[in-house]
Amino acid sequence: MFSLEYITDSIQHWLYSTFNPTMALLLECLIIILLVTAFFGVLGLVLVLMERKVAARMQIRLGPNRVGPKGMLQTTADTIKLMMKEGLTPDGADKFLFNLAPFIVMIAAMLVLAPIAFAKGFQIWDINIGVLYVSAVSSVSVIGILMAGWASNNKYSLLGAMRSGAQIVSYELSAGLSIISIVVLSGSLQISEIIASQQTGWWLFRGHIPVIIAFVIFIIAVTAETNRAPFDLAEAESELTAGFHTEYSGMKFALFFLAEYINIFIVCAIGATLFLGGWMPLHIGHWKGFNHIMDYIPSSVWFLGKTFFLIFLIMWFRWTFPRLRVDQLLSLEWKYLLPISMFNLLLVTLIAIMGWHF
Amino acid sequence: MYRETQIINDAATLPSAEGELVINVGPQHPATHGVLHLVITLQGETIQKVEPHLGYIHRSIEKMCESLSYRQFIYVTSRMDYLSAHINNHGCVLCVEKGLQLEIPPRAQVIRVLMDELTRIASHELWWGAMAMDLGAFTPFFYAFRERETINDIMEETCGTRLTMNYMVPGGVMYDLHPNFQKRVKDFIQLFNNKIDEYDDLVTGNIIFQNRTKGVGVLSKEDAISFGCTGPVGRASGVHCDIRKLYPYEVYDNLSFDEIVETAGDSYARYLVRIKELRQSIRIIEQLIDNIPEGDFQAKTKAVLKLPRGEFYSRVETARGELGVFIVSEGATTPYRIKFRSPGFSNLSALDHMSRGSKIGDLMAIMGTLDLVIPDIDR
Amino acid sequence: MTREELKENIIQYRPNAVFDETGEWLNVFIETADWKSFAQWLRNDVLQMDYLFCLTCIDWSQTAAGKTVLTMVYHFTSTTFRQALVVKVKLDRNNPEIATVSDIWRTAEFHEREVFDLFGVRFLHHPDLRRLVLTDDFDGHPLRKDFEDPVNMIKL
Repeated sequence: MFSLEYITDSIQHWLYSTFNPTMALLLECLIIILLVTAFFGVLGLVLVLMERKVAARMQIRLGPNRVGPKGMLQTTADTIKLMMKEGLTPDGADKFLFNLAPFIVMIAAMLVLAPIAFAKGFQIWDINIGVLYVSAVSSVSVIGILMAGWASNNKYSLLGAMRSGAQIVSYELSAGLSIISIVVLSGSLQISEIIASQQTGWWLFRGHIPVIIAFVIFIIAVTAETNRAPFDLAEAESELTAGFHTEYSGMKFALFFLAEYINIFIVCAIGATLFLGGWMPLHIGHWKGFNHIMDYIPSSVWFLGKTFFLIFLIMWFRWTFPRLRVDQLLSLEWKYLLPISMFNLLLVTLIAIMGWHF
Repeated sequence: MYRETQIINDAATLPSAEGELVINVGPQHPATHGVLHLVITLQGETIQKVEPHLGYIHRSIEKMCESLSYRQFIYVTSRMDYLSAHINNHGCVLCVEKGLQLEIPPRAQVIRVLMDELTRIASHELWWGAMAMDLGAFTPFFYAFRERETINDIMEETCGTRLTMNYMVPGGVMYDLHPNFQKRVKDFIQLFNNKIDEYDDLVTGNIIFQNRTKGVGVLSKEDAISFGCTGPVGRASGVHCDIRKLYPYEVYDNLSFDEIVETAGDSYARYLVRIKELRQSIRIIEQLIDNIPEGDFQAKTKAVLKLPRGEFYSRVETARGELGVFIVSEGATTPYRIKFRSPGFSNLSALDHMSRGSKIGDLMAIMGTLDLVIPDIDR
Repeated sequence: MTREELKENIIQYRPNAVFDETGEWLNVFIETADWKSFAQWLRNDVLQMDYLFCLTCIDWSQTAAGKTVLTMVYHFTSTTFRQALVVKVKLDRNNPEIATVSDIWRTAEFHEREVFDLFGVRFLHHPDLRRLVLTDDFDGHPLRKDFEDPVNMIKL
């Protein structure tokens, strides 16, 4: 049967049999760099198009429909436009930090991609602390945002960056605690093992109500972490015009824009991996026939399907809810989500110890 | 150097008190819906002071009107509060008619009121969408425009234009109603009754929306009167200020509708007043649409109008509040002096008072529910 | 409160007040010097004129009657008695000065700034008397009848 694992294995086998091990490793790195960059480009285009189409559907309009078949080349055209644009640097800006910031945000987003399992055996780097790595590296992007806000020498940018800092640091706590509840259940930090532990069923279904609560908190927290509406205070356009990227234009702006969408993809991928079994097909108890049919669907389709479902969920939020106020945002985290997720973690631990899960 | 350039530069360089941040909101800013310029002083995210700077769209309409005849000046006022253009024109013709002591045919009166209420619905629709957008919800804007389009189509059919209708003439209205008018308005009422419930589902009941607006920008009744706040802003603070009820003009005294008064005075109350007014406007249209009297749509008037020497004041309830038209006549064919008391101007003056001590996000909620139309303020 | 009662009340307070009853509402003329105390009486005493709904100025220089007169026109009403009153104060056109009422009716703050901007009337003790709609370096007061702007004004 067609499998990505087979392709990667044969490429690796060929590389190691043709070159010496160092050379083979270097070539592997090169291939991965190319693949990841290409993947980022495509992902950005697809997600922006998806966002625009979803938004259009919800807003009873058509969305992009002129460039290419059904408007599918619209985002490509937009990207070309952004590349042709002059990247302005304001006079009063700290030029070094100003130009560095979008790359930091982008690199942080790229790094998180490493431990994500796209399909069965199709993973860049299966480290044994995968989940910890993801939570650690994803918080680096806040430095880029603070840098952008500070270096722009613009009060709107500064306010946006400060809001963003406060928001990301706070919401990482509940996102982390929700992740830990799955780590407790599966007993491992390694992504591949977490997926393997869901062989018999996804944690969302096996872990009773506490895991469902953890999942909801996770979705809320990552929506906030990626600065998406209703938590888009960092770029609240009716308050701060465009927040931390007010002064950016051209490709540097595009990098922020792209990083936002990549971050959404990554957090949704993590959510799909932890709660919805990653590339694991849907299996129901002892229905042998049903399970067998499900196994025929390629694992990459399972993974991307789950991830895009979560992405759709987050887009749905954006086009439905009004924005929170900054103090309400923080009180939601510190007064409600954090205590709930702490207590919830205790419950999950109890379930794990007593073996009450299915 | 232009004053505004000076202000913008000062805001950037002036030494301010410890920890204070002065930022310019506008003249181009997504939340000001036009060229309004606010200089706000912040302490962290808390607003210390809001100082409006006006005049970016000042055209001196009052001076222009002094050289236009009594038939012409009416249409300049469409460009003041362009969202209730029709009601502005109404205020002007009422004032001219008061001076000429004209008797308006009943058909014209009913047509005027019908058009007024349709304009009010259209205006509140746009406000609803724009206000939700200020609070970060984009989708309501499109929902609001869907229904507003229907009204614009009705207007286009009868008046010839969609936004600045210029349908009023002293003595009546310019043309008779289009034959389709009644049918289309009835269709609209049927459509719209369901849509208001949809609005409630989408925005009114939303917990985030309620948290953003309840207790925000509170204006007490005394302050509302003192600041001259009228319309939904005044009524949300408990002031009975609906000109249609207090000083009825045209056929309003024969109609049954409620003056919506809330007492909380916060942004949520202002929101509720407008949403409930939508239903009242529908109620008025329902009462009139089947009872349009037959007859002339225009009284006979002279070609050149001359108001007798004296002072005339008329007021109407626009979608934003009380519009006063004050004409001083010296007996000539043009007004000697004309003054428009625009509702937005007085409502804006309360902005500083209302927003002190709240957050930047609240400022947008307050401005959204004040429903400012900048040309109405600057004139 | 009827119009007659309104008039009687004013006569009791100001026996020498001058009235003009030709218009829709009762007009009363007040001297510049008496204006502030009269305004305070209007607001706080029996009349309870708490709502200043229109504040404007008229330049009479093109009429035979008043070559050198500006008239401030205040429209009041009371939210309790619903009886409107128009107060007029005549000012010297060459040196127009009048006490502010922005401390009594807060809406007057913006309206007085507008009148200062467009007519050049100086409001004494106004908290923030600057031009409102025009630029600070603007020359002249456009709503005065003798204002000429050959570039932007078209004579009909």
